[in-house]
Formats: sequence, structure tokens, C-alpha cells
Amino acid sequence: MSPAAVKDEILAFDRPEVVADRATHYCPGCHHGVAHRLVGELLTEMGLVDKTIMVTAIGCSVFLYNYLLLDAVEAPHGRAPAVATGVKRSRPDNFVFTYQGDGDLASIGLAEIVHCANRGERVSVVFVNNTVYGMTGGQMAPTTLIGQKTTTCPGGRCREREGMPIKMAEIIGGLGGTVFAARAALNNVKNIRQAKKFLKTAFEVQTKGLGFGFVELLSACPTNWKMSPVKANQRIETEMIPYFPLGIFKDLSGEGGVC
Amino acid sequence: MSRIAIDEARCKGCLLCTTVCPVGILVQSPRFNQQGYKVAEVRPEDRDKCTGCTSCALICPDLAITVWRSKKPKGGA
Repeated sequence: MSPAAVKDEILAFDRPEVVADRATHYCPGCHHGVAHRLVGELLTEMGLVDKTIMVTAIGCSVFLYNYLLLDAVEAPHGRAPAVATGVKRSRPDNFVFTYQGDGDLASIGLAEIVHCANRGERVSVVFVNNTVYGMTGGQMAPTTLIGQKTTTCPGGRCREREGMPIKMAEIIGGLGGTVFAARAALNNVKNIRQAKKFLKTAFEVQTKGLGFGFVELLSACPTNWKMSPVKANQRIETEMIPYFPLGIFKDLSGEGGVC
Repeated sequence: MSRIAIDEARCKGCLLCTTVCPVGILVQSPRFNQQGYKVAEVRPEDRDKCTGCTSCALICPDLAITVWRSKKPKGGA
């Protein structure tokens, strides 16, 4: 499809080989594609493609093994950190990461992620937070913002009834086994570059054997937010980032890890 | 000349690329692709304005954009 490069031109951007050359099932404007690409690019740059085992979760990203050409284990809903623990302990020379959404990680899998981080397992976690259960049709998630309308809180999430949205990066950052915990967004070029930097550090703390790395990526779900992709992108900036501040919440990568 | 190529079969018409282009040459085209999405395009008269910054490719969730950047002439700024 793409015309070949002519003289005096350099290929400035192309798909990394590890990201499959096929159409994704994601809705227009869904940021899963960006997150997949960042992971694929980093694994390629760090030379980890051949030794990576990814543990995929339930949610829209359930077909991740179709899009990233890596060895994979599909975990039961929310149990990806527990499965990753087993994979990493039995194959300590392999690079192991999990890729989870907010319904998977912050709700049904809360115990698994907290204890995995607290034990300081040498795994990395990519957490995609779009404040809603995407695959099942837009139900309220633990991360749904106050006032946000979903199919299970049609009047908007109410603080008295449903409590406050859970801030995972801060929680994971407060645990003893965590070496790196950060939050980035995927809504503009600057934030995407920052997200890549955070992911790189999270992957490095594993390759150096330091401990647990966690990165939360704020992303859009235009379909379940009932917005156009461009509007959904703006909502990340105006509504999500004020409540979910971006930045690093714990970074011991320069201090030799947790044990 | 820097340029981009949009894989129209992959483009889902989300138009996120149009929000990040620093020279504003990415627009929605009147064409539909096979999936029924109105794809993004660079109009022929705007093609030479591309700076090759890769912003559109970085934000494209469907990896539909490939970017070529022209080599800087030797000794030039």
C-alpha cells in the first residue's frame, strides 16, 4: 500500500515488526492501539521480543495475542498478576508483563495486583484506565468519575452511593514491593512520549531484577462515553487528568530495588 | 520532501491525527473506505507543507500512517 521510500528520504515512522500488520477490532479513537504500539516499540528497542511472555487479561484487550506477535498466556478475569507471578518464578530469565484494563485490574483483580506488587514480583504491569467496562457495554468501573453516566449508573456516579474513583497508581506506589509506579495519558503527543518513558522505566526495573513496575495509562473509550473520538480525547485533558494526576508516584529504580 | 502515507483500509476515521498536525493539513476526506469510515487525507495542494514531525503517526491508534522525512541538505540548518 505505502509507496516505497525515494532517494533523499528517511523512513521516520513505521509499524514495529512485533505489532501485527492487521486491522484491530477496536472502535475508532480507542487508545488501545497506541498502548499496543508503545509496548511493541519498547520491546523491540530493548531487544526483549524473543524472551517475552505476556499475560493478557479479560476486557477489550483480550485479543492482544492477535496484535502483538509474542508468546502469551491468557489469564482468568483479573488474575493476570497471579498468572504472571507463576510464569516469572518458573521462567525467571524471561521478560513477563501483564496488560490489563481498569475493570479487570481495579475491580475483580484488585487482590491479585495488590499482593503481586506487595511481594515485589519481578513483573511489569501495563494498566489501561478508561474509566468504564468497555467490552461488556459500558458499565460502571471502580475508576468511573463522579457524575459520569454509565449503563449501571444512568444518573451519573454518585459519591454517597458508589464512592470515589480508585486511584491505582497511588495505591500501587504505596506498597513495599513496588519499585516504579507512574501514571501517563495517551491523549496527545507530549503525553504519549511521557507514557513511553514511564513504560521503559517499568520494563527496565524488571530486566535489572529490581522489582515490580506499574504504569497506568489514561485512555479514551469514545463508544461507551458516547462521544466522538476527538471529544473523548479532550475529556481526558479536562476531566480525567485533574482527578488522576500524571507523574511518578514511586521510583526506586536508581536505588537498587526493594531487596 | 517530507510526506505521509495513510493506509485507507486501516483508517477508522477517528480524526485524532487532525488534532495534532502542527500545520493543519490533515482533514477528513469525502471518501468512505470498505469498512464505511470516512478516512483522513492530505489534500494534494497541501502535500508539500508536511514537516515529517510524525505527530499524526504517534497518535494514530490504528497504525495507519507511515511517515517519510526528507534528509536535511549537508551544511544546512
